[in-house]
Amino acid sequence: MTSVRVFFVGGLMSFRALFNWMNPWIFVPTILLGPITQILLFAYIGRAAGVGDDEFFIIGNALNYAAIPGMFAMTFTIGGERFAQTLGLVLVSPARRVPLFMGRALPVILTGWGTAMIGILSGVWVLDADIAAGAWPLVGLVVAVGAFATAGIGLVMGAINLVWRDGATLGNVVFLVLLVFTGTNVALEDLPAWMEPVGRCLPLTHAIEATRMLADGAAWGAVSSLVALELLIGAVYVVLGLVALRWLEDMSRRHATLDRV
Amino acid sequence: MTRLRQLLVCYRLQLRVMMFSPFEGFLQVFFPLMFATAALLVYRVNNDPAAMLYAGIGAAAMGIWTSQTTTAATLVQRERWAGTLELVVAAPTPFAFVVLPITFGMATLGLYSVVAVILWDWWLFDLPLQVESWPGFVLSILMATFSIALFGFLLSVTVVRYRTAWALGSALEYPGWLLCGFVVPLTVLPGWTQPLSWALAPTWGVEAMRDAAAGESPWFALAMCAAVGLAYAVLAAWLGERLIDSARRHATLSLT
Repeated sequence: MTSVRVFFVGGLMSFRALFNWMNPWIFVPTILLGPITQILLFAYIGRAAGVGDDEFFIIGNALNYAAIPGMFAMTFTIGGERFAQTLGLVLVSPARRVPLFMGRALPVILTGWGTAMIGILSGVWVLDADIAAGAWPLVGLVVAVGAFATAGIGLVMGAINLVWRDGATLGNVVFLVLLVFTGTNVALEDLPAWMEPVGRCLPLTHAIEATRMLADGAAWGAVSSLVALELLIGAVYVVLGLVALRWLEDMSRRHATLDRV
Repeated sequence: MTRLRQLLVCYRLQLRVMMFSPFEGFLQVFFPLMFATAALLVYRVNNDPAAMLYAGIGAAAMGIWTSQTTTAATLVQRERWAGTLELVVAAPTPFAFVVLPITFGMATLGLYSVVAVILWDWWLFDLPLQVESWPGFVLSILMATFSIALFGFLLSVTVVRYRTAWALGSALEYPGWLLCGFVVPLTVLPGWTQPLSWALAPTWGVEAMRDAAAGESPWFALAMCAAVGLAYAVLAAWLGERLIDSARRHATLSLT
């Protein structure tokens, strides 16, 4: 029961703290404007280059933007605790680590999902693209899996943030790697050959591919293996993140570097 | 003479601070570099050399814009967090003369990214820069840098009361790249965006770069870039003084 409380209450409080507790205004530029403007940028690049269609760029960039809350929020839940000098208190508490950190991931996954869905909906509306009405429920499901996978890599980054202080730089670097390698704006087969295997190991690649197929009218059976792979990749990153958290927490205790800012 | 020394010392100190910051020194180069890569990967699909060159020139300048948006938006806020804003405001040096060298330092970091993207394009995309008039091209880059630094000055004072200005600054990144025609011809954009593009100094700076690269006269675009940039400076200086006065009157200067 305590773990359930830590999971839900702890996670929610940590998430609210990320946004200065009660100020929803920060959502506007970070969660609403960001995906729309990135979608518009690449949709117009695509139009100028005569490559792809608007729907291709809407889906790619909306899902890519799900990585922003997925990675930054997870990283800053640890960085923020350190900045507020409460990280030591969190880590000496007897709370179990899995509900403690996964509870912080849950609102992040929901936000990532919401960000990507807002991006897709507004992209479709602004650019007058067309996604079949029947495809939306499955699109929503696949986007949720993608958001989970990005929270997984965010957990790994949060762990790294225990010893590497500059979470903002790290988050941006990983976000940019996802932008270039996951087929966000160029189909994997059109990327240089060496980039595809890298992209296949990253979150979002398979979710983006599956969402595009669903939007083009594919049935669930055609995309289920891609979604399963995305889920597996997300789970691997979550496990990696939890293991790294335990290991790096021990290391930062041994070297007394936990509160160093 | 004293004023010039103050500007130079402030510029040099701030540039050194930023160069050693991973967020400003490294990311301000890496971020536009990767977005330029993503844009050029899209253009590469059809492998049109003219389109690649068009995008390559604009992509080179993306970093100058990046150097200002997030960092200039948080400039005053960082002074506030560091507890030095009151000292800066209380100093006999006008506030504008403290902020300007900082935004010029940021823009100088943008010049690093220009060089980095040009070399990166050459190496990764086999896209050597073809420029007919190098003096005009270099002058255009410097003018774009100058005017974007003045935009940073305007941005820094405009968002002084917005607690989470960094998010607003970040949100300006993509619209700027789009509206200024860095990697997309303005003719592709809806007609109603044209006046917005003309009001942004980098639009003229990038146009001057392209004119110089094509061997055409960049002077009109350069003059427009300078004029719009100076308008930013005048507006920012006026607005900065008013906002500072207001913050002092209401005792809100140090509120974070």
